[in-house]
Formats: sequence, structure tokens, C-alpha cells
Amino acid sequence: MTPDELSQLSVEERERQQGFEHCLNVCTAASCLSSGAEEVKKGLTTAVKEKGLREKCRIRGAGCMGLCSSGPLVALDPEDVLYQHVGVDDVPEIVESLDTQPVPRLLCDTTIPFFQRQKKIVLENSGRIDPERIEDYIAVGGYRSLARVLTEMDPDEVVQEIVNSGLRGRGGAGYPTGLKWGTVAKATGAEKYVICNADEGDPGAFMDRAVLESDPHRVLEGMTIAAYAVGATQGYIYVRAEYPLAIKRLRQAIKQAQRLGLQGDRIYETPFRFTVDIRLGAGAFVCGEETALIASIEGGRGLPRPRPPYPANHGLWGCPTLINNVETFANVAAILREGAGWFSSIGTEKSKGTKVFSLAGPLSRYGLIEVPMGISLREIVFDIAGGLPDGKSFKAVQTGGPSGGCIPARHLDTSVDYESLRELGAIMGSGGMIVMDESSNMVDVARFFMEFCMTESCGKCVPCRVGTYQMHTLLDRIYNRQGTKRDLELLSELCEVVRETSLCGLGQTAPNPVNSTLRYFRDEYEERLVSDGVRGPSGDPLAQVEMTP
Amino acid sequence: MTNATRPRLATIWLDGCSGCHMSLLDMDERLIDIASVADIVFSPTVDTKEFPENVDVTLMEGAIGSDEDVEKARKIRSRTKILVSMGDCALTANVVSMRNLFTVEDVLARAYDEPGSGNVPEPRPGESRAPKRYVPKLQTKARPVHEVVEVDYFLPGCPPPADAIHYTITELLAGRAPDPSHLTRFGR
Amino acid sequence: MTHKSIPTPDSFTLRIDGTDVVAQVGQSILEVAQDHNIGIPTLCYLEGLTPWGGCRLCLVEIKGSGRLLPACSTLATEDMDVTTTSPRIERYRRTIVELLFSERNHICAVCVSNGNCELQTLAQEMGVTHVHVPYRYPTLLVDSSHDGFRLDHNRCVMCTRCVRVCEEIEGAATKGVGGRGIDSMIINDLNEPWGESDTCTSCGKCVSVCPTGALTEKGTTFADMAKRRERRELLPYLTQTREGRR
Repeated sequence: MTPDELSQLSVEERERQQGFEHCLNVCTAASCLSSGAEEVKKGLTTAVKEKGLREKCRIRGAGCMGLCSSGPLVALDPEDVLYQHVGVDDVPEIVESLDTQPVPRLLCDTTIPFFQRQKKIVLENSGRIDPERIEDYIAVGGYRSLARVLTEMDPDEVVQEIVNSGLRGRGGAGYPTGLKWGTVAKATGAEKYVICNADEGDPGAFMDRAVLESDPHRVLEGMTIAAYAVGATQGYIYVRAEYPLAIKRLRQAIKQAQRLGLQGDRIYETPFRFTVDIRLGAGAFVCGEETALIASIEGGRGLPRPRPPYPANHGLWGCPTLINNVETFANVAAILREGAGWFSSIGTEKSKGTKVFSLAGPLSRYGLIEVPMGISLREIVFDIAGGLPDGKSFKAVQTGGPSGGCIPARHLDTSVDYESLRELGAIMGSGGMIVMDESSNMVDVARFFMEFCMTESCGKCVPCRVGTYQMHTLLDRIYNRQGTKRDLELLSELCEVVRETSLCGLGQTAPNPVNSTLRYFRDEYEERLVSDGVRGPSGDPLAQVEMTP
Repeated sequence: MTNATRPRLATIWLDGCSGCHMSLLDMDERLIDIASVADIVFSPTVDTKEFPENVDVTLMEGAIGSDEDVEKARKIRSRTKILVSMGDCALTANVVSMRNLFTVEDVLARAYDEPGSGNVPEPRPGESRAPKRYVPKLQTKARPVHEVVEVDYFLPGCPPPADAIHYTITELLAGRAPDPSHLTRFGR
Repeated sequence: MTHKSIPTPDSFTLRIDGTDVVAQVGQSILEVAQDHNIGIPTLCYLEGLTPWGGCRLCLVEIKGSGRLLPACSTLATEDMDVTTTSPRIERYRRTIVELLFSERNHICAVCVSNGNCELQTLAQEMGVTHVHVPYRYPTLLVDSSHDGFRLDHNRCVMCTRCVRVCEEIEGAATKGVGGRGIDSMIINDLNEPWGESDTCTSCGKCVSVCPTGALTEKGTTFADMAKRRERRELLPYLTQTREGRR
């Protein structure tokens, strides 16, 4: 396929879609599917067929629409109507009303801040295209950035564009993406690799899953552009086996791209070749750590390796390797389409663009959101999510999962960017955001995350293997009102040792939930302490004993 | 000989084999030197029944294995200015902790009920001969002393050599903090 | 490997603990330090085997690096400024040794390696007189199924020297690691009793590299255990022979 043929295909597909008077988009991402979206979709398809409306109304399985708390969601185009909590019983009414007024009792108000305050880049197509059809992606401009990159730009220019955009790694640490691309581009090696890290493992996080389920080609396009920029010919998407739907859609997407010549040899009939293969994670959280992920792709145990050397110079099979997260790659095509200047105009001085968060907890509305960097936590919790229902009061918001921290109410006006969150002892993380009300005990929260780190520790290095176990024991003891002041001191001490001496990010950040809850909710620890083991009659014994005979 | 200003020393034997006390006695004539500058107010080697108040230094041998050990350790701690854990059992629970891999019931059954445990007559089926009164109740796990009470100094070894014990006592009597690492270690 | 302090085209200088030292290209910080008799504690490291970086005892400070780095697997580079010890590093090292003691059942008094154990020696050198983290007391088994050797998980520190020597030197790859985190264990083949292993050549290299009493020869006393260290000195030679460097 040539770029011209792509444009042709795009036009044809749009015309085909405009041939329908209506289009019912049924959310078929994991969350809505689990509440019955598949049945709704089948029901709608049958009903439309029976009514003889097949030429008039398209039923489209679409990606995530974000408001998971109101699923299953069905959107009606071009009327721009959103139906919520749709059940199979509602199908006849929806189909009946296609040419009249929308069904009032199913309407979801799209003027609420949940929809209005978001800024969609990564999720721009999510819920609007059928993730199982490459034509849908091409119709909305997909693969056009790749065409431009391959035909009009040098690899250096692509790297520079990413540098200029200010994009930073969305996996959590926030390393400047352009800098990483530049390092891999400059590195020498017989072969170079591009890896997409889709081993999303934080409890409560489902951003990458949603992107892969809703717009898989976007990630492939980003990876392909990256491969061109750094000089790689082989790519891998390392996706956890717990995401069967994402895997299925990725596999389909790769096949479709190959069929159209958007992957493989001579992409867009240029000399550039690039192939993406899928590698499945077998359930180890640590494989989200880049060196462990690489070890896993190589076929070994998923164990991290000391860095340096960094994968950019010495990665997969010892070759220079670019490894970015799903969301990072999902930004690439948009940046090249709209320009680095456009991207860097969104967000704050040091954190550009948007961030996708999966919002969970006792909120009026929760689900998947994409917000500009620099938005305040308060806007997310109280405007977008509509606050806490039933008179519950906000206690803390947890970001960054087991590597992150809990932020209390008094810091709700903090801007969501890498540096501000880090200052508070939390991290941006990959995008899990869990809101807690007063029923959450913070020692219990810390214990939960520590248990997670303990069971997910690979066991290679001593501080993480044994330290997380010991910290969990101490947290358990304190939570069960058996811990003493000394146990609390020991906990803090172990936090420091594990953070400073662990081999990889898992251990280095495992103490974060403890440290942040100790920082903001120390009283919850202290009120559980029991009286200390009996001490001697004096605090500093040696000084007070007159020993000279 | 007793003098109100002389330092008051004590030693105690909890869940251990008394090997540390044997090693203590191996100080031989140096014991006399110590006795000439300090009073030994409580020890398996002296006749006092109740642990006295106002003890300056107590050397504690053995792990914490029973409820009684916990009580003793707490009482001694509250009456002692400087508590020294003497020997690996006190420090690490050592050999005593080998029973920690089993439940207390299994340990007692092994000791009192299983064939070959020396009990005559053999217990009736389903009935344990493990003592229910008078003998202190075992804790779920034997633990080092410092997991139960605050310990000021540690003297490793199984047993610690007499020289290490002598060094520790004389340093403490001289008002210095002992570091016996050059004389002993775990398992010595 | 004995790199001398004579400058060659492949040599450069760096600073370790305030002193300028000569290093060869490709040497790790640990190798350079050892050439200059600068002691850095190690446990999983063994000359002749691929560095592992798991015990974290050889962590050193490198000026300009935000994190402590393992000397065994960090390459020395020109003008690097390394500090091998500080009160902070010593505190971390002591805690790591204590964590190891607390992890399994290390009962020195009844261990055949008593007096020839690297963990025990480390504790003594660092002044670890007691373990201030709670003991775990796991219930672990002893694999005595092999005719000549014994694997006692109670004494294992998961340094993986045995795994590496079995794969890298003997080429049998009998030993491996099963489970993860605190449940990690040294296993034979696909977690079979050692005596039933089809791949084990009974060469005994794993026994000679074990730093503690986890791997022992049956019927040995502690006097015999001292010999283990001597056998280990053959390793670097074997490695070099395999790599054709001699």
C-alpha cells in the first residue's frame, strides 16, 4: 500500500459509514462486557435485522467510553446520544426510537464535567471506532502519521519531534521519551528492538488494557514510528496473559496491518521493514520492570538485572532496545500529526500532554479518564468523578499503585504532574487512581500494598525478598494491635534499607505506600501500638550505673 | 563482704542447656577476681530464690520458650539496669528454635506420648500424658530474648568462650560498652 | 584474574576511597578493588561465575549516581569516584545480613559449616551480634536423596552460586530456582528430588561453591568443610579455559 492508497481507503471507508443514517456504538471493552454489553450488542443486531434496518443503522462494537460506572454504554451517532446501564430488555425501545426521540430513561447526560473536563489524545478514538477493523482506524486518520514519517522525515527529525513535544514515559517514572529514543538511535548494535510494555499490573489500573482493547492500531502505529526513528526492525508487545481481549484484538490488528502492508517488509513501499510479535506475560508483576520483561522475552525467568547497563544500550539479547509503555506509544501518532508545538502547549512546564487514569473507589462516577497534565486532584475527584456519594467524606487518593502513595485531603489542590506528585511522596505511576473514604484504615491500605509487593517480589535480591516479608509482618502486627513503638521504628528503618538497596524498581518503591501513610496518617499507626517490651529502669543504662568498685 | 556501693551481678538460665553457665564457670580463678569487686546476687550457682531489686548487670542465658520465661524476663528486665543476652539461645533462640518448625502439640506428643519417649506405662490411645499443671506452658515459638524485652548488650557463642564472658563483665564493670566480636561469634 | 597496577593501553585510573587506582577496561569496580586490596563484602559474587547482583552487600557509592550500585556488576570507568564504605552503607549491609539470618533457620551451633561459613564470617566482620528483625522460622525440608550430597534449604541464602556453577562451568544446568519472592527455593531439574535427577553429573561443584551449609557432602565433618574453599580456587581457571582465554 502507498500513502495515496491509504487516503483512498480512508475516503471510501468514511463514505461507507456515512451511508448509514445511524450508528449504535456498543462499548465492548472489558468493563462493559462484564456487565452484559455483548448480549446488548447481539440483541441490537438481531432487532435491527428483524426490523429491516440493516442498511440504515450500523451496530458497531466500539472501545471504552470511559464511564464504566454506568455501563453497559451505548452511543448513538450522529445524534450524539449516550445511553447508560443498557440491558437486553431495553433493546426494542432503543431500536423503535431510532427515528424519533431518544429513550429518556436511558439517557446519560453528556454535559457533565465527567465528559466536559476531559482532554482526549490517547483515547481520541476510544469508543468511536471498531477496534476490530483497521478500516475504522484508517477512516479517522490512522496510519497517516506513519506515512508522513516514512516518506517525508529522517529518523533524526522524528526523534527531535518527540524531544520537542516534551513527552515523558507514561509507565510511571516519567523519563523523557525523546531522550530515550535518541539514545537508542545513537547506540550501535547488529539489531535493535522496540518493545511495548503492556504488562500492566498495578492493582486497580486498567488504562493500557482499555487502550489496547479500544484502539490497538494506535499502539502499533506508535511502535512502527519509533522503530523507524531508532532503526529497529523487530518489535515485541509484552502483554499480560490476563488480558485475553486485548491480546485477541492486538493479534487481529497485527494481521490486518500485515495484510495492508503496514507491517512487514517494505512498509508503504519504502525500504523500511518492521514486524511486531506478541509475547505473553505469565502473571508476574515484576515483569513490568523493563529488565525483567526483557529476561522474560528471552525465555528466562523474569528477573531484573542491575542497571547500568540500560536497555537502550544493552537490552534484548544484548542489543540496543527501546522500551516504552502502551500509553507512551499511543501518544506518538497524534504528536506527529498535530506537531510537537501543539502537544507541548497542553499540560504544565515539565509535564506535557495528557494522562489517562483509571478511577476507582467510592465515587459517584468512575472509570477511565484522560485529563490534561496540571489539572488538580480536586477537579478529578470532585468535578469529573462527581465526589463521593451518600454523604461519605473523602480521606485520601492513592496514585501509583504499590509504588505510589496516599495523598490526603489537604493536598487535593496539587497539580497532577510528575514533580508535584513526587514531592508529596506519591508518584504519577502508570495511572491507577484509587479514592478512599473514611472507612479505609491507612495501616490496612499500607499492609495491602506491602502484601502485594511481598508476593510479587521475584526473590532475586535480599532486601526486597526478605525486607518486604518483614515489613508485611510488622504492618500486620501493628494493624492487629500487637505492634510496639519499636516495631514502628523497625518498620521505618526497613523502609529505608529496602528503598536504598533493592535491585529494581519493585523493591525500591515498595516502601512508598508505608512512607506516605506514615507521613500523612501517622496517628493511625500510633493509636494501634501497644505498650513496649519492658525496658530497664533507665533509658540509657550505662551512663547511670556507678560501676567503679 | 556485701557493700551497698558494690555492683550487683546476676545470671539466669532460661530455655537453654546451661552450657553458657558452664563456660561462665570456666573463667576459673577469674571468678574470684570478679567476686572481689562485685556481688553475685542471683544465679543458678547461688542460693537466692527471688530475683532481687536493683541489679546492675544480668547475664541471661537461654531463649524465651515458655510463658514462665516471659514473666521471668520481664521481671528481671524491670529490676536490672544492664541486661546482657548471653549465648546463641538468648540471641537467636538457636537449637531451642528447632522446635519452632513443629506445633507445640506435636512437640509435647513426641516428648511424652510417642513410643520410645520413655514413658511407662504407655499412654492410653487418644490421651496425652503431657503435663497440664506445674510445668510451664510452652509458647508457640521459642524466641530470642530481645524479641520480648529490651536487651542492652549481646554476647554470641554456643557457648560464648569464658574469655568473652570475662571480657564482657569486666568491660561493663569498668563502665565501658563491650564489643566482644573479636572473641566470639554465632556458633562459636 | 590478577590485573597488575601497571598502566597499559587498556588501563585508566579512577578513585576508590580517595585513592587513585589503575583499572583495565572491562573490569568491574569489585575486581579493581580486589586488585588493590580494598575489601568490599560479597556473598553471591564468586570469581569465575557471572555476577548476579542479588545479595546487595557490595553496594558502593559512586559520585554523581543517585543510587548505590553493586560493585560486582558495575563496570569501572575512567574518573569514577567510588566510596566503598560509610556509616550508612555499613548499616545497610548489617541489616541485609540480619535479614538473611531471619529468613531461614541458620543454627550455627549445629551446622556442619560452622566455622567455614561466609554468612557467619560476614556477621562477625560486620559486628552483627544479634538479629533485630523478627525471625521467620519457616518449615523447610532437607533433600538427602542424592547418594553423595545433601541440600539443606534451612541454610540456603539464595545466592545462586550453585545454579550458576552448574550451568556455566559444569554445563549440566541441574540446579535452578523455583517459586518466587520469599518462597524461592533452589531446585533440581523440574523440582525433583536431587537423587532422581537425570542431569546431575554428581561433580560436586555446587557443593564446593556454596557459601553456607546448604550444600554439603554426606559424611563430612566441619574439619572437612575447610577444604571446600581450596577447591573453589579452580573456578576462575575453569572459566577462562572454557572461554578460550588461556
